[in-house]
Amino acid sequence: MGVEGIGASVVRKEDRRFITGKGRYVDDIKLVGMTHAHFIRSPHAHAKIKSIDTSEAMKMPGVVGVLTGQQLVDDKIGNLICGWAITSKDGTGMKMGAWPAMAPETVRFVGQAVAVVIAETKNQARDAAEAVVVNYEELPAVPDIRAAIAPGAPQLHPEAPGNVIYDWTIGDEGATDAAFKAAANVVSLDITNNRLVPNAMEPRAAIAEYNEPEEHFTLYTTSQNPHVARLVLSAFYNIAQEHKLRVVAPDVGGGFGSKIFIYPEEMVALWASKKVGRPVKWTGDRTEAFLTDAHGRDHLTKAEMAFDKDNKITGLRVKTYANLGGYMSLFSSSVPTYLYATLLSGQYNIPNIFAEVISVYTNTVPVDAYRGAGRPEASFVVERLMETAARQLKVDPAELRKKNFITQFPHQTPVIMAYDIGDFHASLDAAMKAIDYAGFPARKAKAKSEGKLRGIGISCYIEACGIAPSKAVGSLGAGVGLWESAEVRVNPVGTIEILTGSHSHGQGHETTFCQLIADRLGVPISQVSIVHGDTDKVQFGMGTYGSRSAAVGLTAILKAMEKVEAKAKKIAAHQLEASENDIVIENGEFKVAGTDKSLALPMVALAAYTAHNLPDGMEPGLKEGAFYDPTNFTFPAGAYICEMEVDAGTGKSTFVNFVAADDFGRLINPMIVEGQVHGGLAQGIGQALLENAAYDASGQLLTASFMDYAMPRADDLPSFKLSHTTTLCPGNPLGVKGCGEAGAIGASAAVINAITDAIGNNKLEMPATPDRVWHAIHG
Amino acid sequence: MSTVKLTVNGKAVSAEVEDRTLLVHLLRDHLNLTGTHVGCDTSQCGACVVHIDGRAVKSCTVLAGQAAGSNVTTIEGIAKGDELHPMQAAFRDNHGLQCGYCTPGMIMSAIDIVHRHSGQLDEETVRHELEGNICRCTGYHNIVKAVLDAAGRMKVAQAAE
Repeated sequence: MGVEGIGASVVRKEDRRFITGKGRYVDDIKLVGMTHAHFIRSPHAHAKIKSIDTSEAMKMPGVVGVLTGQQLVDDKIGNLICGWAITSKDGTGMKMGAWPAMAPETVRFVGQAVAVVIAETKNQARDAAEAVVVNYEELPAVPDIRAAIAPGAPQLHPEAPGNVIYDWTIGDEGATDAAFKAAANVVSLDITNNRLVPNAMEPRAAIAEYNEPEEHFTLYTTSQNPHVARLVLSAFYNIAQEHKLRVVAPDVGGGFGSKIFIYPEEMVALWASKKVGRPVKWTGDRTEAFLTDAHGRDHLTKAEMAFDKDNKITGLRVKTYANLGGYMSLFSSSVPTYLYATLLSGQYNIPNIFAEVISVYTNTVPVDAYRGAGRPEASFVVERLMETAARQLKVDPAELRKKNFITQFPHQTPVIMAYDIGDFHASLDAAMKAIDYAGFPARKAKAKSEGKLRGIGISCYIEACGIAPSKAVGSLGAGVGLWESAEVRVNPVGTIEILTGSHSHGQGHETTFCQLIADRLGVPISQVSIVHGDTDKVQFGMGTYGSRSAAVGLTAILKAMEKVEAKAKKIAAHQLEASENDIVIENGEFKVAGTDKSLALPMVALAAYTAHNLPDGMEPGLKEGAFYDPTNFTFPAGAYICEMEVDAGTGKSTFVNFVAADDFGRLINPMIVEGQVHGGLAQGIGQALLENAAYDASGQLLTASFMDYAMPRADDLPSFKLSHTTTLCPGNPLGVKGCGEAGAIGASAAVINAITDAIGNNKLEMPATPDRVWHAIHG
Repeated sequence: MSTVKLTVNGKAVSAEVEDRTLLVHLLRDHLNLTGTHVGCDTSQCGACVVHIDGRAVKSCTVLAGQAAGSNVTTIEGIAKGDELHPMQAAFRDNHGLQCGYCTPGMIMSAIDIVHRHSGQLDEETVRHELEGNICRCTGYHNIVKAVLDAAGRMKVAQAAE
C-alpha cells in the first residue's frame, strides 16, 4: 500500500489550516461593499399575514432595503421544490403545497421567513428588523403527527386533504398477511423515532454578489453539493441561469445532511443582491439553525414480526407515519420511503415484507435527510423487534439473529434491495468477542450484587450507501441522476490536480482522494491537490451525502486516472521506444518492464505539453475526465454491542462498554474511517439518550438552543472499541462501501436494547433520559 | 462608539467599536482573526474560546470593552512560526478534528485544561473539563486522545525550556 497509499492511516493534509485558525468558512469572507441581511420570522406556528409595515424600518440607520414575500411573488421567483416524486398506493401523486422563500400570505411553522432587512451592518439589520410590524391572524396549529391525522384537524395546505402528502406501500400485502396468519409467534412494537436537529457546528451562511454588466451572480454558501444548488437555483427559482451563476462552497463546518438542501435564505440573498445592487451576506445564528435547518427522523411506527416454530422469521409488517413538517424539503419525500422501507429486511432472511408509509404535514420545521436518512429509522425498527422477539421467545438475542442471517449473496430482499455481499456472522462474532459476550451473565450478577442493573444490547445494522444508480433512482421518482464526475489534470511539471464533484465538510477528501493517486502512481500526496466546492472550477458534481464519496466520487476519480495512465503510458512508450504494453508505473516512474529504462512522471507530463515528440495523431496535454454511475447501492453492515449499567435510584444510564464491528469493504484511510464511526456513534447515542426536538401544543419549538436541546458532550460518551471485518464490495473497482453514516444507523438500537435489558421493561422511548428510565423501572 | 486598546497575539491593537460589540466580533470583524468561531448564541458551544491573560474565556460572553488593556491570545497566536503548539500537533496526529469548526475553541480550551491540571490528566477528567465545548463530528473520542497526548508533549516541551 505504501506509506501514503490506499490502506494507510495518513495524517490529514487539510488539518494544518484548521488547527491554525486559517480555515475559510463562508462567514469568514468579506466582499467590498457587502451588506448584511436579517430575516424577520414568524413567531406563530400557523397564521395568516394580514399586513407587513416596513416604513419605520426603512428609516432606520444603515438600512439599504426591506423586502417581503410579496415582492418575491411580484418578481416571479419560484417556490421551493421537492425533487423526488412519490406515488401513493391509489396511484395519485404526492400532494405538495407551495413553499415560497418568504411567506406572502400564510406561515406554517415558527421561524418561517416573512421579510428581510438589508443594512450596512449586521447590528443595524437586527435593529431595523425590530421596527418591521407584521400583523398576523393566528390559526389553529398542528404540532405533531397525531394532531395532523386527527379527524377535523386544521388543514395546512389546500392541496393535501387531511394533511396527508402520500400514502405509499411497498412489498406484498397478501403474502405478508398470510405469513402472519400461519405464524407460530408474532412480536409487535410501537415505536416513536424521535425528532432530531442536525446541528452542524457551523451555522448556515450565504453571501451573494451580483455583477450587473455581466448579469452574473456568485453565491458563497454552506453546501454539501454546490452544483446541485446551482442546478436547482437556476432551473426552478428563476433567479439566474446556470451559466450566470457560480456557487462556491468553501470550508464547510459539518453538514450531516442539513446542508444538502437549498434553503430560502440562499435564494433571498441572491435575489436581494440584485435588488439592492450590493453584495448581501446572511449568517444564521444557532436559534435560526434550530428554527430553519431541516430536522431529522420523527416517525410513529407500528411493527410486527412473524416467526415459525423454529424461530425463523416469516414476515414483517410495518406501518409508519412520517412527519415532513410544514413544507416538503428537497429530498424529504424519499427519506421515509425509498431510504427507509427498502432497508426493513435488515441482515435477515425475511420472505415476506409489507410496509405502508403515510407522510403528513405539521406546523413544524421541514424534515429531511439527517445522517443515515431513513436507514437509522429502519434499523431501529428491525433491531428493536429482534431484541423484543428474543425476550418473548426466550432465546439468546445473538442466537436468534444468527439463525436468521442472510448467508448467501447476492440476496434479493422483498423490498427492492439486492444485497451484493456481506458476512454478518463475522461482524457479530467480532463484536461478541470484543465485548466478551460470554462473560456477560457473570458481570450482570456481580453488578446486581452491588445494587446496579446491568444490560447488554445488540444491533446488527445494514444500510444502502454509494447513492446511487441513476437509472434505478430515476425509476423510483428521483429528479436527478446520482453519478459523480471527476477530472484528473497532470500539470506540465508533473504535479496533479484532482477536480471532484464530491464535497468535503469534515470527511477528509483532501487526504483520502490523494491516497488513491499515491497508490496508482507512487508519487507523494504533497504533489497532489484536490479541487472541489466551486462550480467555476469543477464541471459538475452531485455532492457528498449518503456515504457516497468513496464508492461513487473516488471511483469517478479512478476512472479518470485510468484514462490518464493509458495516455501517459503511450507517451512513455513512444519516448522510450518501447511497447506500450511493457510500460509499468512504479514510484512515479514509467518503466520498461525487465529493463533499466524509465521516464519520470514530470518528463512524461512535460512531453505531453511541449508536444514536440508525441505519437502520431495524439492530442497534446495530459488531462482526462470521467463520469461514474454506480451499478448498485453498496451495503455496509456491522454489529454494535452496548453494555450499560443503570442506577435504579436515579434512572441514570452509564456506559460500561461500546463495541463496533463494521464491514465497510476496503478502507482507504483507517484513521479517517474510525473517526467517521466515532462521530456517527455519537449521533446515534445522542438520539438514544439525549436529543429530542420538542414542540408544545401551539407549535412552539421548546428546544431551540443548546441550553434546551441536549447535544452530546464529551462526558456523555464513552471511548469506543472499533474493529473491522471485510468483504470487498463487488460493485466498484475499489471494493469500498462507505462509512459515514453507519454509527448513526446502528447505535441507537444497541443502547435502547441494553437499557431495556437492564431494567427488565421493554417499554422505553428515545431519548431514554434518567426521568424516563426511572419511570420505566418504578412505574 | 469607543476606542478599545488591547494586546492580541503579542501585538498592541486598537479598534473603534460600538459599545455593544462582543470580543469575538472585535477579533473576527475588526481584526480579521477569523479563526475564532461563533457556533451558538447562548455561550454553550465553546467555538469562540480564546485566552485572556492566560485563561480560557468564551469570547462571545465578553464585551470588547471589558477586554481593554488585557492580553488576548487566539488560535492564530499559539504556534511559534512554523512550529505548531503541541496541542495543535496532537489534534492533527490523533485525528482530533473533522470539519474544523469547533477545533480552535477546543484547542484553546484544552491548553487551559492542561495548564490548570499541571498536565496531570486522565480520560475522565478531560471529558468532564471539555463539557463547555461541543463537537458534532468526532464523538470526542479522538479529541480526548489528543488532549491526553498533548499533556505529555507539553510537559516534555516545558522540561526542555
